Amino acid sequence: MIAFDFPAVLAEWPLLVKGVGATLVLTAISASVGVTLGVACAWARVHGPAWLKPIVGAYVELIRNTPFIVQLFFLFFGLPGIGVRLSPELASVLAMVVNLGAYAAEIVRAGIATTPKGQIEAAQSLALTEMQVFTRVVLPPALKRVWPALVSQIIIVMLGSAVCGQISTPELSYAANLIQSRNFRAFESFIVATLIYLALAMLLRRLLNWAGPRFIFGR
Amino acid sequence: MKFPALGKRSFLQLACAAAFAPALLATAHAQTALDDVMTKKLLVVAIPTDSAPYGYVGTDLAPQGLDIDMANLIGAKLGVKVELVPVTSANRVPYLQTKKADLVISTLGKNPDREKVIDFTIAYSPFFQAIFGPKSLLVKTPADLAGKTVGVTRGAMEDQEVGKIAPPGVDIKRFEDMNGTVSAYAAGQVQLMGVGASVAGNFMAKNPQVSTEFKLLLKDSPNYIGVAKGEDKLRLKVNEIITAAKASGELNKMALKWLGRPLGDLPS
Repeated sequence: MIAFDFPAVLAEWPLLVKGVGATLVLTAISASVGVTLGVACAWARVHGPAWLKPIVGAYVELIRNTPFIVQLFFLFFGLPGIGVRLSPELASVLAMVVNLGAYAAEIVRAGIATTPKGQIEAAQSLALTEMQVFTRVVLPPALKRVWPALVSQIIIVMLGSAVCGQISTPELSYAANLIQSRNFRAFESFIVATLIYLALAMLLRRLLNWAGPRFIFGR
Repeated sequence: MKFPALGKRSFLQLACAAAFAPALLATAHAQTALDDVMTKKLLVVAIPTDSAPYGYVGTDLAPQGLDIDMANLIGAKLGVKVELVPVTSANRVPYLQTKKADLVISTLGKNPDREKVIDFTIAYSPFFQAIFGPKSLLVKTPADLAGKTVGVTRGAMEDQEVGKIAPPGVDIKRFEDMNGTVSAYAAGQVQLMGVGASVAGNFMAKNPQVSTEFKLLLKDSPNYIGVAKGEDKLRLKVNEIITAAKASGELNKMALKWLGRPLGDLPS
């Protein structure tokens, strides 16, 4: 008979708190930098110079068609081969940024592509520069249209950070795994981690749905 | 889209039910492991694939090593088929707890924490863990570890043993399996690694360009076979097989074949 022993897991709460903190920091950095990178790449793929388009296209396709954990292992175990040593934390953030950037690029591009032509022409007729047209007329409504998809992608990346524990980044899954390897309470440990992830994901979705219209693209 | 039948509260109830269901299912099996094995004619054994020469994957992608030979020996003596399940250091004990395996033969050392949740047979092979590092790095005593990064495998004996001897200021990095730990060391992501002697020996043989040497002994800990808590019938049967194999010299032959040294004295 298996008896549940949640106190054994909860007694290790400092580890869990640290894990949650690391997961949140990883997510915050990678979401802000990743979405910015995504917007830049979307711009490059639609309006960018001809030489840049294939480069960004190759980046997007490379990242979207390979597993996240392989990208992470490449950065952490592969790059030292050419003398670049990243700490586990830096490798994790970089992998998440690069990953989110590629997905966000396609999501944002979809938003940009659906901008009515007349809107752009109207802006051009007001003598706005090309950059002004993009940042003030095209981008905000585009972001508004794709915001739900973008929020989902950010949450996927947050949940994906669970594999960063594989390279010893002390995030939430790493904490859960460490706890269960010490007290062998695998069920309890992962149930607790699952519930925390669930709560984090729901909170993050609310936060972004609240913040988006207020600070990112206006109502 | 709304699902009217599944409100927030009933969703939570469902989640709880799903979480506790394994407990209900698990109550059905007490003390029946040996009988189950004999009726099904199948012994499920958790083995390592990351700890040469105890258990690793050969060029034909089939697991091989001392632990695999041991699993097959026990299967043969019981007269049943053996199914090998690859596990890592961190998940081998849960495999027993959740009855995904009947036996864990996976370079498993005995310690009080583990004895709380699973039972052990008598020892069947020798093993020791140590800290290894480059020749250029001076580490003579545990105090020399201060300020250095040491890679270990999460949930392995080394993880706990390094924690015991390490002075404050040691950066312990934990990886998912032995391959992760060794790769991190090979890539220079950690300065030292705490691993089993066999893993280090295998690494040194394959990577002579990384000048690695033995630094500090962590623990002399022979390997035991793990059985689920309270499965005494199965445990005693396996003990019988190990004792007989020791007496007949089969275990010694295995140690010579895989480890290149005789079995030596093992605690019972």
